[in-house]
Amino acid sequence: MAERVLMKGNEAIGEAAIRAGCRYFFGYPITPQNDIPAYMSRELPKHDGVFLQAESEVAASNMVYGAAGSGARVLTSSSSPGISLKAEGLSYIAGAELPCVVVNIMRCGPGLGGIQPSQGDYFQATKGMAHGDFHLIVYAPSTVQELVDLTYKAFDTADRYRNPVMVLGDGMLGQMMEPVEFMEPLDPADLPKKEWATDGAKGRDTNVINSLALAPEELEAMNKKLENKYKKVKANEVMHEEYRMEDAEIAVVAYGTSARISIKAIDMARERGIKVGLIRPITLYPFPEKEVAATCDQIKKYLTVEMSTGQMIEDVRLAVNGRRPVEFFGRLGVVFEAEEVLERLIAMGGEIQ
Amino acid sequence: MHEEIIMAGFGGQGIMSIGQLLAYSGMIKGLDVSWMPSYGPEMRGGTANCTVIVSDSRIASPLTSKPDSVIVMNLPSQDKFSPKVKEGGLVVTNSSLIDKEVEREDLEVIKVPANEIANELGNTRVANMIMLGAYLARKEIIDLDTVKESLTSVLPERHHDLIPLNEKALDRGFELVNEEVTV
Repeated sequence: MAERVLMKGNEAIGEAAIRAGCRYFFGYPITPQNDIPAYMSRELPKHDGVFLQAESEVAASNMVYGAAGSGARVLTSSSSPGISLKAEGLSYIAGAELPCVVVNIMRCGPGLGGIQPSQGDYFQATKGMAHGDFHLIVYAPSTVQELVDLTYKAFDTADRYRNPVMVLGDGMLGQMMEPVEFMEPLDPADLPKKEWATDGAKGRDTNVINSLALAPEELEAMNKKLENKYKKVKANEVMHEEYRMEDAEIAVVAYGTSARISIKAIDMARERGIKVGLIRPITLYPFPEKEVAATCDQIKKYLTVEMSTGQMIEDVRLAVNGRRPVEFFGRLGVVFEAEEVLERLIAMGGEIQ
Repeated sequence: MHEEIIMAGFGGQGIMSIGQLLAYSGMIKGLDVSWMPSYGPEMRGGTANCTVIVSDSRIASPLTSKPDSVIVMNLPSQDKFSPKVKEGGLVVTNSSLIDKEVEREDLEVIKVPANEIANELGNTRVANMIMLGAYLARKEIIDLDTVKESLTSVLPERHHDLIPLNEKALDRGFELVNEEVTV
C-alpha cells in the first residue's frame, strides 16, 4: 500500500495531474481553486514542465488548445466565472477533437456570485458549455482520494476519446484536507505517440488540427463523427455508486459534496427506520441513466439533493421517465447540513407509510 | 470512536495549524480524518475556524452542526460555537483572552490560560499548542507522543527550530488538565 499523505483537495489535483504525465498548465487565478495553479507553479518546473499564468482565461484555454494539438498532456483549472470565459476555447478543442483536462472548483453564481461552494454549474458542464453540438466528459469526485483517482483517469479518458474531460468539484472539496494515496508517477515519454499531433511533419504527411468545416457535407460529417463518439462514451464510460440501496424505498440522488452530506443524513434516517439509500453519479456526462431507471421498480420516491436550485434533477426525471415522483432539496451559498436533508427524508418516509 | 471538533480563534492564532496537526496525527494512527477550513471574505483580526473529524470508520460529511468538542481561543469564537456543542460536550476555552463564562450548564468547560503560559515559555505563538495539549489530556483520541512526532510533518521546515518549544507547549497544556483532575 502506498503511503497516505494528508493533502488539500486542490493540491492533490495538481499532484495527480503531474503523476498522469501532465507537464503543461495554463490558467488564471480565481478563488476557491487557487491552490491548483500555486501547486503547479511550484512543482511543474521541477519536472521540466511549463506553468504559465495567462493574461486571461480566454488566452489560457487557447494555450491549452495549442499544447493539446502538439500531443502533450495539458491541464487548466478555474472556478465558475473563469470556466465561462474558457468555454469558447473548449468548444474549439472539442470541435478539433483534442484531449485535455479542465478542472472546475465550483463557486456560487450567477455573475461574480460568491466564493462559497456550489453545484450551480451542472447544466454548463453537462449540457451547455458553449456553442455547438459537443459534450465534455464530466467526472464528479466526492472525496480528496477520488479527486486524485479521477484526475489521473481523466487524462487517459481524454486521450482515448480525443475529447476534453472535466473534473467537477466545489469549493469544499478543493479546500478540505483528507488522507490520500497516490499512484506511481508516469513518465510522459512512455505514453503512446499521438499520430495526429502537429509536432513537426518532417518525413511524414502534414497533420491538420482545425474545427472549421465550411462545406455543409463536411460539417455534418464532423458532427456525426462526434455524435458517434458520444454514443461510445455513453456505452462505456458511465460510473456510479450505490449506498444502502438493497431494501431502499426512497433513493437520494446526489453527487460530490452533496452526496457526502446525504450519506450522513441517510445513516441518521436509517436509525429511525426509514428505508433510504443513495445513488451517486460519478460521471455526470454520461449520466447513469440506465442505472437510475433500473431502480424504479424498487424505489417509491426519489429525492435529488444539490447545492443549486435544481439542475441534475432534470436528468433524474428523464431517467425515471414519469414512473415515480422526483423531489428536490437544495441550498445556495450555504452548504446545507445533514439534519436538513434528514427532515425531508422523515417527511417523505411518513408519506410513503 | 468518532470525534467532531471545531477549532476557532483570531486569524493568526494558529487555529488551522493545530487542526492540521490533529488530523495528521489521526491519519498516521490509521484513522480516517478530515480537515475543513472556513474560507471566505474575512477582515484582519476576524475569526478563523476549522472542523476536524477523527473516526475509526469512514467519514461521510466533513462538516458538523453539533460538534463533540470545541477549542475556542477568543470571545467571538466562544459566543459562536459553544451553543452548537453536542449536549454534554466539551469546551476548551482560552481564559487569557476570554473572561466570559460559557452560558450552558450541560457542558464540560476547561479553562486554559494559554497566552500566559505561552508567554512563560517565551513565545505567545505557541498558545495554540497549549490549547491542543489541554484538549488531548481530556479526550485521549490520539496519544501525545504521536502528536509530537507529527510536528515535523505538519510545521513548515522554516519553523522546525521551534519544534522543541511546540512540544513543551503541548506538554504544558496536557499537564495543566491532568493536574486539575488529580487535585
